Amino acid sequence: MAALLSLAVEPGFFTSEPVRTAVVIGGAAAIVSGVVGVFTVIRGQSFAGHALADVSSAGGAAALLLGINPLGGFLLMSVLVATSMELVRVDRASERDLVTGIVTGAGLGLAALLLYLDVTTSSTTGAAVTVMFGSMFAISASIVPLAVTVGIGALLAIGVLYRPLLLCSVDPDLAAVQGVPVRLIGLLYLIVVALAVALSAVTVGAILSTALLIGPAAIALRVANRPGVAILLAAAIGVVATWGGILLAYDSYEWSGGHGWPVSFCIVALIFVAYAVVAETGLGRQRLEPLAAGNATQAG
Amino acid sequence: MFDDFMVNTWIAATLVAGVAGVVGFFVVIRGASFAAHALPLSAFPGAAAANLLGIDPLVGLLAFSGLGVAGISRLGRRGRRDVATALSLVMLLGLGALFLSWTTEYFQAVYALLFGETLGVGAHDLGPVAALSAVSIALIVALFRPLILSSVSPELAETMGVSARWVEVLFLSVVAIATAMALPVVGALLVFSLMVGPASAARTLTDRPLAAMLLSAAIAIVTVWASIMLSFASDWPVGFFVGALSALAYVMGRTWAWVEIHGRSQIPTAKVAGRGATSSVSRGPP
Amino acid sequence: MLAKSEVLAVRQASVSLSGRCILKDIDFALNAGELCGLIGANGSGKTTLLRTILGFVTPASGSVTIEGGGRAPVGYVPQKFVLDPYMPMRARDLIGLGLDGNRFGAPLPSRRRRRKVDEILEAVEAAPFADQRIGSLSGGEQQRVLIAHALIRRPRLLLLDEPLANLDLRSVAGIVALLHRVSREFQTTVLLSAHDMNPLLSVMDRIVYLAHGRAATGNTDAVVRTEVLSRLYGYHIDVVRVHGRILVVAAEGEYDAAAIERDPVHVTQVP
Repeated sequence: MAALLSLAVEPGFFTSEPVRTAVVIGGAAAIVSGVVGVFTVIRGQSFAGHALADVSSAGGAAALLLGINPLGGFLLMSVLVATSMELVRVDRASERDLVTGIVTGAGLGLAALLLYLDVTTSSTTGAAVTVMFGSMFAISASIVPLAVTVGIGALLAIGVLYRPLLLCSVDPDLAAVQGVPVRLIGLLYLIVVALAVALSAVTVGAILSTALLIGPAAIALRVANRPGVAILLAAAIGVVATWGGILLAYDSYEWSGGHGWPVSFCIVALIFVAYAVVAETGLGRQRLEPLAAGNATQAG
Repeated sequence: MFDDFMVNTWIAATLVAGVAGVVGFFVVIRGASFAAHALPLSAFPGAAAANLLGIDPLVGLLAFSGLGVAGISRLGRRGRRDVATALSLVMLLGLGALFLSWTTEYFQAVYALLFGETLGVGAHDLGPVAALSAVSIALIVALFRPLILSSVSPELAETMGVSARWVEVLFLSVVAIATAMALPVVGALLVFSLMVGPASAARTLTDRPLAAMLLSAAIAIVTVWASIMLSFASDWPVGFFVGALSALAYVMGRTWAWVEIHGRSQIPTAKVAGRGATSSVSRGPP
Repeated sequence: MLAKSEVLAVRQASVSLSGRCILKDIDFALNAGELCGLIGANGSGKTTLLRTILGFVTPASGSVTIEGGGRAPVGYVPQKFVLDPYMPMRARDLIGLGLDGNRFGAPLPSRRRRRKVDEILEAVEAAPFADQRIGSLSGGEQQRVLIAHALIRRPRLLLLDEPLANLDLRSVAGIVALLHRVSREFQTTVLLSAHDMNPLLSVMDRIVYLAHGRAATGNTDAVVRTEVLSRLYGYHIDVVRVHGRILVVAAEGEYDAAAIERDPVHVTQVP
């Protein structure tokens, strides 16, 4: 057993300090993203989830350069964008995506302006790249307490919103008939997504933020029958992919002579491959097809 | 602003905007906003890859946006569209992170690729841009009727022998081409705005698809010209103005549509109330 | 105001949407335990009327009164149901949400809750597929689950928007029988919309027939007649009864809006 382990795990993995931080923070981001992501995918709001990561990371970079607390900049920007997305009245999913895109474009344009207004261009590009692609092995310790707090807050919020959110996501009319304030729930939920996404973008980068939000949830939804199971499964898949990716990235330092593959690439690759396999092989597909019997439709 | 060296910029920007407007019209009516946003971002690592291999960045852009189309189409058939789009996007961006880790000299170009750099257009760039514009427009013209039909009703299109799947793949390919073309000028993050902002305004101003498409291209061209001029005057990045003006176009389009519905009616309209709102509905005692 | 036995009273309600007049002077009342068919062609305003009764739409004039006021639950089965195969929800989960979906937090597993869900599952005969994913159920099965979801709080009024559309013949008969049983055993007033009244002929106590935004209401035999429908439609209509089925046949003619204005149709008959 020990021999097998040493084959897979390069020396120093379990004792390395940056690795430990990455495992904890990455794992936390995976759990929060997985839980929130299940509702995001159910509600068809993948675009919004991704767009919020884009905008908030750009906003965060701008805040950094303006001397504002970068995490504050992240959170504020994403909450603002989420609110404007929900305030515009839309009736179709495609229109909602359109609004998402328009608001994102405006937000990114603003971020471009803010980035420009700072004089030193080299630090601009450096910051933009770092923020967008992120590096889990370089998380500053000062962010950790606030990150954990917001993460726990997001999980609690989902817990509180659970029933009405689930009902709204299945069918808004059913929810409205029971007196659920559908638009308010939608707004509150998107704000939770904004916070969760902004947080994971700061800690693990914008790319991973989207991957962890959508990927594990999408896989879990193909397999799980019950909402509770789907949520737990999504969190679990996210954590496994994250830790696996960290391991892979760490090991790759040895293979590629000290250069190594970025952690974000490793984790995203694992998630992508996992989803592609589940999708192509139709794992759990028998649960998705409607029963053939009794389904013939009658004209008129 | 109208100096010689800026002429290239004006020509490129006009071509880019015209194609973006035309393609964007279909993006809006087909509800393909996420794909139109994801493809430019997916293309962006292609420039890094091309840089590494020492080839023309435009080739890299086309290749990677092509990969994006493949990912969206293939995965999208086996599951949800938006999930396929999101995961293809992050996979390609992840590859971008991988490439960036192999070369640091690329960092400077990242800002330009993300937000656009109009001054970066040289005379030698115009050839490829013009060629890609011609290809995009030709494809749209050839696909015009099947595109309109399958956007309105995929089932109806199928009965007329139009394979909705093929139309979708071809359409996304056109978006990919338009993307690769527009990216160096306007930047990966704002190609989308240029595509959908003008188009969303145009669709409310006219009922006829062809007119809406042309109007969309016109508004896009005006947007880009205004953005370049404002950028020149204020020294602020072009991308900022593109984003802001596109959002403005969308808002104006929605406002116009609302005015048309509510301004012309004589009959007092009902308020659509949520439950619990005060209304003339009386509830009897238990 | 509601008369003593009435559960729902729609009085002279007119509704406009986006500047267009959809419904004009709709007037009818339903008693407890009655089953009423809201019949009309597509686009005749059936969904709008149901949404007005639910309070989603405010009438421009007239009123809607429901027994119990804003407090009492009203059951609703909407027309377009999300058939998302990826929705991770079993039939019994959705039905459970009908009980307390508007309360915060997650449902604590309780024997009482499970018993209530099992009871209603039995009542609508959905127990065999209670643990299946709702996206994998057939049309008829989904209808039963939605009806159970709407009924679990024992509402006085149950509204269904085109529950029989897109169902095969056997499922139609099953759902009609179920709704009839619900109205009798639970004493729930059932109002369902349909564009074909024939499956409902044997169970309807009342009919609200919509055409051109106006309604003829009352007993089926009194309303579905050549004279009444012709006045409602504004041109000549033949009502033909063949082998216990009713056919409504339109002859050539132009819709005469002015004639309707002068002589609005309103038919009630004490059963």
